[in-house]
Amino acid sequence: MEPLFPLLSTIIFLPSLGALLAFLIGSEELVKRMALLTTTLTFLISLIPFFLFDPSTAAMQFFERADWIPALGISYEVGVDGISLLLIILTTFLMPLTVLSSWDSVHERSREFLICLLFLESGMVGVFAAVDLFLFYVFWEATLIPMYFLIGVWGGPRRVYAAVKFMLYTMAGSLLMLVAILALYFLHRQATGDATFNLFQLLQLDLPLGTQRWLFLAFFLAFAIKVPLFPFHTWLPDAHVEAPTAGSVLLAGVLLKMGTYGFVRFCLPLFPAASFEATHIIAALAVVGIIYGALMALVQTDIKKLVAYSSVSHLGFVVLGIFAFTSQGLDGAVLQMVNHGVSTGALFLLVGMIYDRRHSRLIADFGGLAKIVPLFAAFFLVVSLSSLGLPGLNGFVGEFLILLGAFRTLPTYAVIGAVGVILAAVYMLWMYQRVMFGEVTHEENRHLRDLNLRELTVLVPVVLVIVWIGVYPQPFLKRLEVSTGAIVERVNTMARTHTAQTRAASCLRLERSRMRTLPHDTGHGRRFGLLPCRESRGRARETEG
Amino acid sequence: MSGVETIGLIGFLPALLVGTFAVVVLMVDLFSPAGQRANAGLITLIGIGLGLWAAVRLWGTDATLFGGMIVVDAPSLWFQVVFLVVTFITVLLSMQYAAEEGLEQGEYYALLLFALLGAMLMAAGGDLLVIFLGLEIMSLAQYVLAGMRHNVLKSSESALKYFLLGAFATGFLLYGISLLYGATGTTNLTAITTAVREGGLADHPLLTIGMGLMVVGFGFKIAAVPFHMWTPDVYEGAPTPVTAFMSTGVKAAGFAALARVFLTALSDLQGSWTPIFWGMAVLTMVVGNVAAITQPNIKRMLAYSSIAHAGYLLIAMAAAGPAGLTGLLFYLLAYAFMNLGAFAVVVALEQREDRHLLLEDYGGLGFRYPLLGLAMALFMFSLSGLPPTAGFMAKFYVFSAAVEQGYIVLVVIGVLNSLISLYYYLRPIVLMYMQEPKAEVPALRLNPFLVTGLVLALLGTLHLGLFPSRLLGLAQAAAQGLFVP
Repeated sequence: MEPLFPLLSTIIFLPSLGALLAFLIGSEELVKRMALLTTTLTFLISLIPFFLFDPSTAAMQFFERADWIPALGISYEVGVDGISLLLIILTTFLMPLTVLSSWDSVHERSREFLICLLFLESGMVGVFAAVDLFLFYVFWEATLIPMYFLIGVWGGPRRVYAAVKFMLYTMAGSLLMLVAILALYFLHRQATGDATFNLFQLLQLDLPLGTQRWLFLAFFLAFAIKVPLFPFHTWLPDAHVEAPTAGSVLLAGVLLKMGTYGFVRFCLPLFPAASFEATHIIAALAVVGIIYGALMALVQTDIKKLVAYSSVSHLGFVVLGIFAFTSQGLDGAVLQMVNHGVSTGALFLLVGMIYDRRHSRLIADFGGLAKIVPLFAAFFLVVSLSSLGLPGLNGFVGEFLILLGAFRTLPTYAVIGAVGVILAAVYMLWMYQRVMFGEVTHEENRHLRDLNLRELTVLVPVVLVIVWIGVYPQPFLKRLEVSTGAIVERVNTMARTHTAQTRAASCLRLERSRMRTLPHDTGHGRRFGLLPCRESRGRARETEG
Repeated sequence: MSGVETIGLIGFLPALLVGTFAVVVLMVDLFSPAGQRANAGLITLIGIGLGLWAAVRLWGTDATLFGGMIVVDAPSLWFQVVFLVVTFITVLLSMQYAAEEGLEQGEYYALLLFALLGAMLMAAGGDLLVIFLGLEIMSLAQYVLAGMRHNVLKSSESALKYFLLGAFATGFLLYGISLLYGATGTTNLTAITTAVREGGLADHPLLTIGMGLMVVGFGFKIAAVPFHMWTPDVYEGAPTPVTAFMSTGVKAAGFAALARVFLTALSDLQGSWTPIFWGMAVLTMVVGNVAAITQPNIKRMLAYSSIAHAGYLLIAMAAAGPAGLTGLLFYLLAYAFMNLGAFAVVVALEQREDRHLLLEDYGGLGFRYPLLGLAMALFMFSLSGLPPTAGFMAKFYVFSAAVEQGYIVLVVIGVLNSLISLYYYLRPIVLMYMQEPKAEVPALRLNPFLVTGLVLALLGTLHLGLFPSRLLGLAQAAAQGLFVP
């Protein structure tokens, strides 16, 4: 099953190659075609690992390794398991669509625009494929620069503010993560004498809970800002509203997933005990995000902002699923990342299409569009329904699995979170009703064109995927199960060991101090609850054994 | 020490070449007919190129010359190469600038070479007196260079400020040296180490005070807070290529001497100087970065940015040890490339009489001059420490050295400062790419020399960011050399 060429590296660097080519090509029209060709080719190549993927193992597949900075133990190491595989496919799938969607809507400096998009793709795929923490960090940061330009140059009126805010927020988190990565590296070197940034070697390290807490906090902040988890979400509406359509699609579709992916790939396995300990805080933040995002979406007057806030709500579900520590929850969370990428991506595409025609995104400016642009309305309906989780479409599968998983371990949060599903139906359908149904309230809307062939080409694949995952998610879930199962199992066993150990240790201290103060009166022991302590110490020994 | 006989003067060849060419430039300028004075710069370039060749050939040598006065070892050669590269690019930036601004060509290049010679002596000094001598040679040349535009008021102000404060700071340094001599009876660095160790002098008050005074003296040269007050004014008034040299070359020279004195002669006092550098690093980063935010003039912004970078470099000093020194060596090289690159763009856009130096003058230039804009964006990202650039690798290494020593708090302060710095480094980019150009767009001062300098800086920045392995390995080996007992 050895592929003929380094598959993952090709997927990562082919878009960069395209970007470099774009500098050299004279005509902008040609650049567009080249970009479309590059992204489509990348997508097709990324299907190879999808079909050759072996779903029976959680190990990294299609692994590639090359020395980069051997003096520091930094190497170029990429590989995929089920989780990263799906996210890479999501990225490569969305890319040709964004290129197509900006075909006519980006008039100025379209060459530079496409160069940014192509570099961005390299960064995004790299983030999901990196196995070396240093490499991961480099890709993580490398996605910022093109996105910053996409928002700042081709964005709306407040684009500079939004771009700088986006950049500073993300950097604030990721710089602290860099410190944590360094600390992890040195702790590992101290323990084993081995200098490495390889994730799987770092996983061998069993950190004391106190250290885990600090490192977890640093990683968590970086990812929570990216997701964005309430209350770190304030950059998102600004960035989304100002970004050009392609930017919004990739921001919602892929960049936010980098945060949730970070939770799954790094926070949970590296710091299981600390993750376990933080469950309730994070679940609470996630649920607040779900409700808050939904309520905010409800009151928006701008369709794009509504979709942006719905992202906050949807991503809350994903985080809830991750921190439920059950395999259904995690399966659902990863699948929901893909679903959200497709559905919300499609929503932004649709909003972009209507904006191209009408140069407005205000709900109040529309009404009765279903009669004028029936095709557009039909697509909008399918995508909206998918976003609100209608059974038979993709959103339902993900949300259902998440809630199923969360009910087992976090029932209270799951119940409150489920309210978000209802709210989602309310804000999506209400918006749909105001935009599409009723009388045509604005004369200028009467002459809107319906979708053209290019736009249909963009939307049809998306809707196909929406229906496919909704009806038959098995090909996706099959590739996920073993990978997510491994992570869940690791967290649960490691976290239990740690909790038991900590409890035993603190009990031991307590016991000793009691022994000193009450040397003769052993009868008090039982009353002070020494027995459970002994039990828990025994449990710790068992789990260690 | 047996290397003295075998390598002889060869070990000193780079500095000798530079010194010789300084005289040659002066002579050629003196005796050439009035009409043909443009070749001084070319001769300078040849001299530096030869020096560079000699320094690279000497790599791997470990010897002392003149009875321990001059040390030829890996750290000293590394720094000499950095200075030579810095001066080379500076000369490239100066070619058209010096002619247009009416600088005296012969003197200008000769002084630049003398400054380079001084810097090389500072890096190669095995004796406090040689280091002091080097510092004075460099500084005197710099004082004059800062005031080279004698018809510009700001330039004269710059020179005077630099001279008065510089002389004052040098006094501190000399006083410190004399106290060290008083305590140990020698000015040779190795002998001081031995004297401190064998005499148990680590707590000697004279030594401690002397050390403190030397921190002041060097702190001035590297523009560390609280000895930084001169920096913005001097940087703003000096001719732009000279500013570029000051912010990279002079700073590197200061750090070269600082590192050698504190890591060898005063290594037994590490317990008392690490907290000083710790505190100075924090102050320098915070003051530099916060003050840079509000600067409307790009030269002043880069001045404050260079203060902030001295702060990151002081983290490497606080981390001491081989890893810290490796970080220092690598950082100074990376900083040289990215900062010279940024100044190259400034020189290209600058117009006569200090026009087009405001940040707002950069509005919309990114798309009008795509390659120049791209270069500037890359240098700004590199200065703020974003991958995949030299600035990121350098910061990464320095921070990792500090984490290794357990200075987590210092590193957290460091990364938060990087965040602040990102804000003002983004401003030129915002202006260049996210605003429309002003009606009047300047003609660029783009000539083959400047472009060569720009491309060199660009390649250096990218190479150190993407493929740092080889040079990092060399820096590591070089740093190890200083710590062999």
